[in-house]
Amino acid sequence: MVTLTINDTVITVPEGTTILKACNIAGHPVPSLCYWEGLNEIGACRICIVEVEGVDHLVPACIDPVQEGMVVRTNSPRVRVARRTNLQLILSQHNCECPTCVRNGNCMLQRIAYELNVHDNPFPKDLPAFDWDMTSPLIRDASKCIKCMRCIQVCDKITSLNIWDLAGTGSRVTVNVSHNRTIGEADCSYCGQCITHCPTGALQARDDTNKVLDALADPDIVTVVQVAPSVRVSWAEELGMDAEVFSTPKMVGVLKEIGFDYVFDTNFGADLTIMEEATEFAERFTHRDQYKWPMFTSCCPGWVRFLKSNYPEMTDNLSSAKSPMQMFGAVCKSYFAKKAGIDPHKICMISVMPCVAKKAECALEPMRDACGDPDVDIVITTREFTRMIRADHIQIDNIEDAEFDSPLGESTGAAVIFGTTGGVMDAALRTAYYFITGENPDADDFTEVRDTQFGEGRQATFNIPGAGEVRIAVASGLGHARKLLDAIKAGKASYDFVEIMACPGGCVGGGGQPIVDGIDLNVYRGASLWHIDRNMDIRFSHENPEIQALYKDYLGKPCGDKAHHLLHTNHHDWQMPQHVSDK
Amino acid sequence: MSRLDINTPDRAQLVVDQLYHDMERRIIASGPGLCPVDMSLNFLTMCHAQTCGKCSPCRIGLGQLATIMRDILDGKGKMQDLDTLEKTANIIVNTASCTIGTHAASLVLSGLKGFREDYEEHIKHHRCLGNMEQPVPCVALCPAKVDVPGYIALIREGRPADAVRLIRKDNPFPVACGYVCEHPCEARCRRNMLDDAINIRGLKRFACDTAGEVPQPACAPATGKQIAIVGGGPGGLSCAYYLALMGHKVTIFEKQKHLGGMLRYGIPSYRFPRELLEGEINSILSLGIDVHLETTVGQDVSFADLKRDYDCLYLAIGAHTDKKTGIDGEDSHGVYSAVEVLRQIGDDIYPDYRGKKVVIIGGGNVAMDVTRSAIRYGADSVTCVYRRRQQDMTALPEEVEGAIAEGAELLTMYAPVRIESDADGNVTALIAQKQLTGLIKNNRPSLMPDEVEETRIPADVIVEAIGQGIDSRAFEAAGVPVYHGTIQALSDSRLGDAHMDGVFAGGDCVTGPASAIRAIAAGKVAAANIDEHLGFNHEITVDVDIPEPRLDDQPPHARVNTTEQEANIRKHNFDCIECGMTEKGAMAESSRCLRCDHFGFGIFKGGRHTKW
Repeated sequence: MVTLTINDTVITVPEGTTILKACNIAGHPVPSLCYWEGLNEIGACRICIVEVEGVDHLVPACIDPVQEGMVVRTNSPRVRVARRTNLQLILSQHNCECPTCVRNGNCMLQRIAYELNVHDNPFPKDLPAFDWDMTSPLIRDASKCIKCMRCIQVCDKITSLNIWDLAGTGSRVTVNVSHNRTIGEADCSYCGQCITHCPTGALQARDDTNKVLDALADPDIVTVVQVAPSVRVSWAEELGMDAEVFSTPKMVGVLKEIGFDYVFDTNFGADLTIMEEATEFAERFTHRDQYKWPMFTSCCPGWVRFLKSNYPEMTDNLSSAKSPMQMFGAVCKSYFAKKAGIDPHKICMISVMPCVAKKAECALEPMRDACGDPDVDIVITTREFTRMIRADHIQIDNIEDAEFDSPLGESTGAAVIFGTTGGVMDAALRTAYYFITGENPDADDFTEVRDTQFGEGRQATFNIPGAGEVRIAVASGLGHARKLLDAIKAGKASYDFVEIMACPGGCVGGGGQPIVDGIDLNVYRGASLWHIDRNMDIRFSHENPEIQALYKDYLGKPCGDKAHHLLHTNHHDWQMPQHVSDK
Repeated sequence: MSRLDINTPDRAQLVVDQLYHDMERRIIASGPGLCPVDMSLNFLTMCHAQTCGKCSPCRIGLGQLATIMRDILDGKGKMQDLDTLEKTANIIVNTASCTIGTHAASLVLSGLKGFREDYEEHIKHHRCLGNMEQPVPCVALCPAKVDVPGYIALIREGRPADAVRLIRKDNPFPVACGYVCEHPCEARCRRNMLDDAINIRGLKRFACDTAGEVPQPACAPATGKQIAIVGGGPGGLSCAYYLALMGHKVTIFEKQKHLGGMLRYGIPSYRFPRELLEGEINSILSLGIDVHLETTVGQDVSFADLKRDYDCLYLAIGAHTDKKTGIDGEDSHGVYSAVEVLRQIGDDIYPDYRGKKVVIIGGGNVAMDVTRSAIRYGADSVTCVYRRRQQDMTALPEEVEGAIAEGAELLTMYAPVRIESDADGNVTALIAQKQLTGLIKNNRPSLMPDEVEETRIPADVIVEAIGQGIDSRAFEAAGVPVYHGTIQALSDSRLGDAHMDGVFAGGDCVTGPASAIRAIAAGKVAAANIDEHLGFNHEITVDVDIPEPRLDDQPPHARVNTTEQEANIRKHNFDCIECGMTEKGAMAESSRCLRCDHFGFGIFKGGRHTKW
């Protein structure tokens, strides 16, 4: 233990504690900007500087550890001036168009400028010009980048893709796509973790809310919205809602208030995915020699992009099942359109997703199986959905709870857990077990797959009577996925079924989710999804009555001809740029 | 008004003069990877500040060049700007009245030729080819990538044994390098900006001197693979060391009586005590490496046999043959090559130069080694004849100064013409012609004979130290690709030839005569790639935790240099001439380290590579 003095408070903390943490514990918090615990501890912005007695230079609190007898001043006259000046320098190279910035009200730079009482700047503006493909799902505004390096760190350490790097030298150093590539040339998964870790509006998902408003305004268009599982536990975070009003029926009511003609649930698509994927797995598992092993889940578009670019030789290991969102779109513009008597070309299918990669997925050329138009027209993130609610000044307290519309609104506990790591595996095992044995397992028989603290993932073996041992692995975060794949490639690990989600914790930690600087809320959001599952009446996808009706009335059997046409895809029908070291 | 005044610089000028020195040091510390266009622009801006303003091409032209370059850097350039730059710079070169303008414009022209692709990348794609890939200058410049800040921090915390273990992760020869490394690590030390480079080699020697015996780590489980290494010098031994750690069975084939290569047969024991060399080699061999001494490949064992009997081969035969001057009389009795002399000394056969006049031809480190050895073997006089200037000598300046202090005569600007001998064929003198420096080509002055008579330098012994060659004939005959004597290997140490799959080569025999640390690095690279070639991925790492940096301020503080024994005493014996640092000196010197692994870019990226 180390004892030190911070602004006259004597405090004892464990050895190796940073000055920043010690200051927080002592009740003398120090502002920080570039810092993200465990991820970006590099002392770049020099906002968290403090004065240490006996040391002439000011010390960045975020990286330097406490020392015995140290005397720290967090607000000495020198610190005040230096902190303020460094902030003004950063602001001089930041495009402070705050009122029209997507991060207005949720920007660390804005917050610190406010906190430090800085409202003037002696330094002239010095903003860089930049080129960017503004049609990309991932947008970088160099004029707002403060070079905190968090995006580089998250992409190196969590995602392992190294999409971002410093570019240039000297005064023109900036962050850009690594190896002098454009974003389109890069093997970016569009997981969006760089966006949720960006302190400012420099990184953002392309805003598609105006497209949604245009569709809503067009009387000839029927707007159909589907909402991903994990959105229901995060949509109101930025609206200051109590957990009580944070419910799924309230969210449905809000969507109806905005004016969507039909409000459906991607959970229905998730149940459908389980029907197809579990059938596919049962087929593969009982005809082992005809397939490559292990089988990979295919519901996460960031993961599919990663696999196709970084492990292209394993593409055939992916389940051919589309993601729940795309299945939903295909069924909506075929089965639902027919049933409701709507011309599918007049349907605008909108998805509310926790995800940036979904914006790229819905635009893939092959994803037009229902009527020739894109099966999903527009994807907006949870954040865009929140912004639409805010823009309409919807008073959530006044909104009546509402239920999803029928026939694509019913879902099970097995579907809602798609939004968190291990959920797809859990749901698939529940139904695969049923398909193979003809009997339901206990819905909580597969808890071993639930990596509720979002570590490196899970490995487990389950015995399915009549079929044998099923060896499974679950990982979230592409860095963890890479470790798992390398182990499989090296023959050090062997599995039958592997679930990967690109974002840490799965969709609850998605790149399209609300941003809270410095905190990962995915663990709490994930727990909420497991809670919903536990309280559902139906917890097996194959027991969803609307799913059963869909197969009976329209699709025939899972993995049958019609199902195959609408619900499956050939992953070789579109290309990804290859990982740079494989070129 | 006085008729004449004595000029004294004003205060501003004194400060500016100091700033010039500061900038010189800063340029020394300039790291690799910076954008050449940006650096060029900033040099040009400084040159422009020097203009007197009289002539328009310099006064206006340099500024216009800078404007164009700045626009290019800001992404506003066009391809025709390069033509404008070139034409304008040429006109400045041709029309400026004095060197201030012509030289500044010629720098721009050099850049347009030397890094045109950087200009084009900025113009066409608004991006830069430069980047900060090597944030820790000492590590970046060490061929073996030794964790310099790490071991200096360990020394400072009083953990020399851990320092040695950390060094061995990348270099199994900490002692040899502590004594004789040419220390490229010090060249761009960031401390240069403040005062002077850290005495990295001196600190390494201190660590080795004070660590005591440091046991080697355990080897990985045996892989059953067998590797033959041809040549037991620093390169071959380094390769053997890491392969043995990885669990492979290694056998070294050495032509000479002893291992050590140039560390034994090139470097005299007054620079690197023989018992320390033997101790270090024995420590490496303790990993279980087999050695066949006095075994020449091509004579005692064939290359084909080795290739057949072993899973992989590493050729590290070094550069041990002598080069001849080719002058008349070279075959006289008493004319030797430096390689011959040093090899005999290495085999403990010492020459007797008592009462003799010894003349050494050459200006490299080997020439200095022979010069200083000759003094110690009792020569009456030792004269080192070199055809260029002292500053053109490739020997380390401290070696040259050391030789002079010990009484060697340095005769520079004299080119050997012929060797004179008596009727019995015994050498009597070297005849040399005084030279004159001429135009500078490739950064060296060209030479021409001066208008004076030839000089006769009386000599009983002449030693030619003008470079070494590579005896690669046996390997060439066996099909190893060889070009002008050097073995042709790729940057991963493989021989490109398909027939030579599994054969690797590195060190002096590939690069030509270089340095111990480069051979060590080549051995390390080869070990990694041989391991991979054999289908493994053993990682070399060490469980030494690096101390956290201290927060101390870093005021300018002079470098702590090692000292030498008094010249008058040391020239009579072969004791180590360098006095290592004291504990006090080592503490002062290690506390000067700026810890670039932590401060600056290093904490973000590239500050430490814990394994390879």
